[in-house]
This record gives sequence, C-alpha cells and structure tokens, in this order.
Amino acid sequence: MSIADEEHAEELAGVEKIGTPSRLKVVAGRFFRSGQGRIGFALLVAMFLLAFAGPHLNKWSYTDKDFSAFLAPPSAEHWWGTLQTGADVYAVTLRGMQKSLIVGLLAAVVGTGLAAVVGAFAGYFLGWTDRTLMWVTDLLLVLPAFLILAIMSPLFAEGQWLLFVLMLALFLWMVTSKIVRSMTISLKEREFIHAARFMGVHPMKIIFRHVIPNLSSLLIVDATLNVSAAILTETSLSYFGFGIQPPDVSMGSLIADGAKTAVYAPWTFWFCAGLLIVTVLAVNLVGDSLRDAFDPTARRNR
Amino acid sequence: MSDPVLEVTGLDVTFGSGPGAVHAVRGVGYALRPGEVLGIVGESGSGKSVTSLAVMGLLPPHARVTGSVRLKGQEILGASEKRLTAFRGKTISMVFQDPLSALTPVYRVGDQIAEAVRIHQDVSGQAADRRAVELLDLVGIPNPAQRARAFPHEFSGGMRQRAVIAMAIANDPDVIICDEPTTALDVTIQAQVLEVLKTAQRETGAAIVMITHDLGVVAGFVDRVLVMYAGRPVETGSVDDVYYRPRMPYTIGLLGSVPRLDLGGRRRLVPIEGNPPSPDALPPGCPFAPRCPLVVPACDAAEPPLEPVGPGDRRAACIRAGEIEEGRIPPGEVYARSGAGRAGRPAAPGAGAGERRPPVPRGERGVVLEVDGLIRHYPLMKGAVFKRRVGTVYAVDGIGFDIREGETLGLVGESGCGKTTTLMEILELARPQRGTVTVLGRDTAAMTSRERLAVRRDMQVVFQDPLASLDPRMTVHDILAEPLRTHGVRDPGPRVRELLTLVGLDRQHAARYPQDFSGGQRQRIGIARALALEPRLIVLDEPVSALDVSIQAGVINLLEDLKDRLGLSYLFVAHDLSVVRHIADRIAVMYLGRIAEIGQVDRVYDTPMHPYTQALLSAIPLPDPEKERSRVRILLEGDLPSPAAPPSGCRFRTRCPKFRDVLSDGERERCVDEEPAVRVLDEDQGAACHYAEKIKVV
Repeated sequence: MSIADEEHAEELAGVEKIGTPSRLKVVAGRFFRSGQGRIGFALLVAMFLLAFAGPHLNKWSYTDKDFSAFLAPPSAEHWWGTLQTGADVYAVTLRGMQKSLIVGLLAAVVGTGLAAVVGAFAGYFLGWTDRTLMWVTDLLLVLPAFLILAIMSPLFAEGQWLLFVLMLALFLWMVTSKIVRSMTISLKEREFIHAARFMGVHPMKIIFRHVIPNLSSLLIVDATLNVSAAILTETSLSYFGFGIQPPDVSMGSLIADGAKTAVYAPWTFWFCAGLLIVTVLAVNLVGDSLRDAFDPTARRNR
Repeated sequence: MSDPVLEVTGLDVTFGSGPGAVHAVRGVGYALRPGEVLGIVGESGSGKSVTSLAVMGLLPPHARVTGSVRLKGQEILGASEKRLTAFRGKTISMVFQDPLSALTPVYRVGDQIAEAVRIHQDVSGQAADRRAVELLDLVGIPNPAQRARAFPHEFSGGMRQRAVIAMAIANDPDVIICDEPTTALDVTIQAQVLEVLKTAQRETGAAIVMITHDLGVVAGFVDRVLVMYAGRPVETGSVDDVYYRPRMPYTIGLLGSVPRLDLGGRRRLVPIEGNPPSPDALPPGCPFAPRCPLVVPACDAAEPPLEPVGPGDRRAACIRAGEIEEGRIPPGEVYARSGAGRAGRPAAPGAGAGERRPPVPRGERGVVLEVDGLIRHYPLMKGAVFKRRVGTVYAVDGIGFDIREGETLGLVGESGCGKTTTLMEILELARPQRGTVTVLGRDTAAMTSRERLAVRRDMQVVFQDPLASLDPRMTVHDILAEPLRTHGVRDPGPRVRELLTLVGLDRQHAARYPQDFSGGQRQRIGIARALALEPRLIVLDEPVSALDVSIQAGVINLLEDLKDRLGLSYLFVAHDLSVVRHIADRIAVMYLGRIAEIGQVDRVYDTPMHPYTQALLSAIPLPDPEKERSRVRILLEGDLPSPAAPPSGCRFRTRCPKFRDVLSDGERERCVDEEPAVRVLDEDQGAACHYAEKIKVV
C-alpha cells in the first residue's frame, strides 16, 4: 500500500541523484553569491589575519620600548611609527586589535544570542517562564551597567578577558530580548508553528528551528550594532582606566591615548582608528548580506 | 434599444513604465444599457477590479489609463476631479468588497448615509436623516430608526454591506459597480445581500456591473457576462450563451472546474493546467495558450482579437472559437484530450478505480477518530487589575461524530459556528474540557507523551493559507524533511523527492523557498508535508478556500486521488458546501457550537432534514442560470447570535423559518424549552430538530 514501494522502482531507474539542499547550504550559497558578503567576509578574515599573524612579521613586541625613537614617524625600523613611550605602533595596534576583535565579536554574539533565547522562551511558553525571565530582564535593565563593570574591573586584570566579554554581553541583551519576546508571541499564532506543533516537534526545536530563524533579520541587525557597541563600551571603559589594564592594550586605550597626539603625530591615532573603522564596516557588510541570505524575500543581487 | 448609460471602449491601464511596467488591463470594452446587469468574471489578477476602479477614476496617479469611458454620453476619463466628484455617488456609485473599511469607523451609520444624500441633494439635515432611515429600511435593516444611530463596529458584516448598499443607492444612481460585494460574507448572508441588491436595482432602475470570481453568483444575477483573463476580455455574451455554449477554452475550463452542489455522483473536476501568466511577463501570442488544451502553433503568433462568434452579440477571443461553434470540437471534450497522463501527475482515478476492492460496509471498518460530547467554553473576563468572569463563550458545546477508515467527513458551517475550535481541540491531543476525543483508538485524556507522539505521526494537518503554514525561512526540502526528522528518519532525501513527485511537483523544486511558488503549488507542498509520514488521518482546514477555481480543482482532484491510493481518512473542514459535496462521504453541519445535521453526503444534500441545512443549501448559488432563476430561496433572517448568549432551547429557533411560519404556538414552546439532540431519523442521517422533515432544496 505504501507509496514507497510504488515509486521505488522509478527512483532506481536512474534519476540522477540531486543533492539535499538544506537550509545551511542554501544560506551559505546565497551569502557568498552576493558581492557585499564576499567583500565583508574577506575584510573580516584579513583583519583577523593581520591581528593574529601580523605581529610575527615584526621584530618588536607590544611590551618593547625603543628608547632611541620617541614619537617617531613611520620608517623602515618602525613601520607605523612609535608612541611617546617609544612603543612600536604596529605592534601595539595589532595587540589592541586582537583584544577588540574578540571582545567585540564575542560580546555581540553572546549578547544577541542571549536576547534571542530568553525572548523566544519567554514569548513561546508564557506563564511562569515568561514572568521569571522578564523579571530578570527588568532587574538587569535598572542596574547601572557602567558602574558595575568599573567596580569589577580589577577582576579582569589577570588575563580574565573572557569574564570581561561575558560581563559586557550581560548588559547588552535586555532591550532586544523584550522585542524578541513580543515578536515571538505574534509568531506563535502563525500556522507554520501550529503545523510543527501538531507534527509532534519538540517545543525547544520549534524555538530554534522556526521562531529564531524567523527573527533573524532583527537579530542580525542587532548583533551588528552590538559589535560596535561592545567595542565602544570597552573603549570608554578603558578610557577611564577600567577594562583592559596596562601593560596590555586595547583599541580603546590606544585611541584614547592617540587622540591627544593625533594633531601633530597622526600615526599614533589614524592607523588604530582606521582599522577600527574597517572592522566595523566589515562586520556591517557581513551582517547585511547574512540578513539578505537568511531572508528569502530579499532581492537577490548577483 | 435605448442608448447605453455606461460605455467603455479600449480601456488600457498600465502601472509603472519601462521594462518593469505592468499592463494590468488591456483593451476592455463593454456597453451597459439602463437596468441591465453585467457580470465581470475572472480569477484573481485578471484585472477585473482595476477595470472598475479606472471607470470610477479612483486609480492612483501613477497608473496610466487610456481609452474611453462615456457615462450617459459624456467622456469622464481624464475629467477633472471636480467633474468626477459630481458624477460619483450621483450617477455612478460603488459597493466595495470589504464593508468594514468602506464605512468610517468614527461616524454613525445613519450620519454617513445622510452625508451621501446631502452631498448631491439640496435638502435639510432632518430630511437627509429621514431619507437615511428610509434607505436602511429598504435594505432590510430591522429597527432602522434606532440602528441608524449605531456605529459601524456595532453592525455585523452583512448589515454593514447593507448599509454600504444603502449609501450607494442614496441618490438614485444610473450605474452601480459592485466589486465582489459578497465575497467576505457567509452564504446565508450572501443570499440576503444579493436579495437586497435585487431590491435596490428594482427601486432605482440602475444598471449594475457585478464583479466577482463566483460563477454561481453571476449565474443567477446578471443578464450578460464578460469573462476576463490576463487583463483582457476573452469572451462575452448573454449569461445563457456563455454558460451553456461557451466558445473560449478558458471559459470552458472555468465552468468545468467548479464543484457543483447540484450534481452528486463524483463527477471528476477538470482543472486548467498551469497558472495565469504574470502581467509583467505575458506570452507573445494568446495569453491562455500555455494552459490551453487546444493550442496550435498559430496561437503563439499574435493575440487573437475579441471577435463575434455565431448569432447574437457574443464574442470570443480565440482563433478556434469558430471550430467550437460549428461543433467540430464539442466543448465537453476540450479538456478530455489532455486530462490523462500528463507528466508528473498522479495517475487518473480511472486507472485506480478498476483495481479498487469492493467497498467494505461502513460498520465493519475501523474507527479512526471519534469525538463524543466535546465541549470547549472560553471564559469572558473583565477588569484590568482584578479579572472577574462575566460570561462564557460556548464555542463548542457538546458535539459528537466519528470517522471510519477510508472515509471523508466534511465539517461545515458559517464563520463563528465552532468548526475551527473543534479542529484545534482534536489536534491538540490534550484532555478536553468535557467529553472525549479518541484518535486511532486512544483517548486523548489518558495519553502519555510517548503515545501522543505516536498518534501525531498518524494524524496530520493541512491548513487554509498555504503561505502562512509553510515557514518562509525554510527551503521546501527542509519543510518536507521536518516531520521525517522529528519521527526519526535519518536520511529524508529520497522520501522528500518521492513526496514532491507524488503531489505533482518537480523534484528540482526542493531547493526553493515557499514564496517562489504559486498558491496551488504551495498547497501541494502543504499536502506533501502532511503525507510525509504516511498518516492514516489528515485534518484539512479549508484547504482550497484560498485558491482560484481553476487551481482549486487540481488540488481537490489530488486529494481524492491520494485518498484512493493511500487509503486515507479526511476530516475536511470547509464553509464551501459545493466542495464538500464533491469530496466528502459524510457531512456534519454545525450551528453555534452544536451539530445540526449529520449523515451520508448525498442524503443530506438531496433531502436535508434540519431547517438550517435546508436554508444553507438553498442559499448557495448554482453556476447554472436556468436552475438559478427557477429556484426558490429559503432566506434566513438576521445574523448568527453571539456564542456568548445562545438562545434557550433550540439554538436555531431565532432564525428558523419553520419556527416562524409553520409551527403552532404549542409546538414552538417545545423549541424554546427543550434543546433538541441529534436523532438518527433515517439510515445514516440524523438531525437535531424536533420537527425534522425531508425537503428537496437543490
């Protein structure tokens, strides 16, 4: 009686096997077909390569000081010049970029992920889950984030940058999660969610397979903005002397220092600021094309 | 013959410019004589609404309109806004599809009608108010003086549409354009509104342009028909000529694809293959050529003009219309030639019918779904801080039915009768508030979660809106693979390809997204998903009501074929009784949360016993002009009572024609005091009426 038997013969009769196009493959394909996506992705990879492989090309490390060259302009010896302390700009900039790239990207991804999960769970299950999660959200919203990060800054000193990332992310997600929650509530009444439920799909799977992907436009935009927000928060923390502690450096502390000498020694500021701009630009390009790749209604650009 | 009141010639409407321009209407022309009713029929996207908006001068400024529209001999196309305003509402008026958005929500209904009167007539405010009440009385609104002071949201859908009609006839117009005036309404209300329109026409002597996709509405109401396809008129003539002697293959196909309420015995529907062309990418020749079974190479050369065929003033745009007229191609056989054996289609049932086993009597087949005394009440809450219960909505109030293996039960009723609630209660597989639901022999109240998952595998659902029920972010492959993965199939790839072939789609389509498909194809994907796990019961929630007739026929045929081949049982929820007659074996008619009548489909349709079923069946227009003219309608009064306050005793008594006209006072008392239960009165036909008797209405 089953259709399987009936059409099995036909199946074997040499119909050429077509690959199984899953969502991941299709999205990746669409992402890399767009010029914007390719450029953004290439830029981002280049930034990472520069930040992590770049320092090995240079004989100076970020802790070294050249006492024969203070505030020297770019030369063969110091490719991007030196700071007032005699530190090599190339070395410290790349060191700062390592920190900022990881802190920015990770904090953004963790923050947005947290927002998506908390919002979607609260909106999907409602009832007590909703009340508890929203209570926590409201609590975090009223806490002064900057003050807490400043107070906790001694903890980040001894290479505890992961903790720093988590703390940054912890204060990034609340508003988004409220938006996600209300969008989930309306999404929950859509027929395809009903269909999945009546098919017997587990609620957790529904959330991760149907709810969150359908909010991906919002989430990707949010994550893109969060990258800049995280880098900037880190920057302002470092500016006030919290955050990344000396002798370690970050983009924030470098820009803060460089801004003072930017007028008469532009190399102390512009290399660092330029790389920050390129990084944020790359993240935005990747974010835009990812959003289009996820959204089947977006116009395809070739 | 008198001069036409409205004469449209060579009307062209284009939106946008350059290569992306959409040529929505191409060369539409008609002449409307005083008192004549013209029906414009076509599927969605055929340009019928744009035509009427162009005539009224209501298109947005970026639309380019050319041609000529003469109203009582005066050219109004391109006339100044001031001149147009003088015509609109006075000489020519319009009734729109959605009566809620046609009325201003913040003004009283009476004031809005009075406003329409005062714009064109120099009368005092009081006189206008009196006229408004008169008009409301004319369109059959009870207590017109009191109801005139109500706001639009206090009116039901049918009453709003009556108010809009009252407004349209306020100034005795010469032409009324009705754009799908009854599409948003239930059938019994539709019958009332059509009756009101007829009254309105009699009172004002106006000519009416009736735009609709419903071939039944047209059959009984109009004198002449204009069939539109891809922005062009393709056939026009008197209603009898077009219905009984169609000459254009599209018209023939359209008429063949409508399920008929008046024909039992499973006549197979004839779908038109393919989809209407997109207006920005029309084929070079005849736009219908890609779907036409009579296509010859000459069809692609040039678009055939609308030329006279045979005697009378009938015209058709087809180069082979002459052959059909001379009888060389009998209209009945046009689609027979192409019907069987198209690539990628499930085999025609003719092949399957031969090997079908003799039917097992109903009583011996297993019960797939049993619902008994199911109740679903919703509390009505009030108060912001302290919520208190102020009432109960009796959404489903004690219904029972069963479905056997290989059987289709049609669950029908008007909106608000509790069909969808019943469906959701069954699909949830949770303990009902009261009563029992037994799916495949298992009581939902006593199910463990493991059993529930097992039952979900055997019971699947197809929803009404094919786009909303498919996750827009997933490819077709992932959509079809989801149920398989959920129930532990490792490699769903081969099965997905099988399913696509089964529902008549190309297996290359797996990588696309739902939005890349047309409505009919999307519904096929929805059906394929429901079939993925080889279920035994499929719950169909209005699966074809969002589709055009020609597409709908293909999906209905598919459902029938699949049922025969795979031995499925269907619970088919619908409001369209013609479709249900076509597909169902048994039918349950619901009214206000209860079952009014249940039984074998041909018995219920041929000799309905409950007065509600009788009224419902008689309200449905038939796509057959002669039958439609000779029919006597049983009109129901008023609207569905609120399910929060159902009448005592029999719920239908407030609208029951029998209660009103036939019964004596003593007999009525029983209706008021005692709620009738469903009594089986004949072999497999039961009705919940104290005074049920068989009547033939169709």
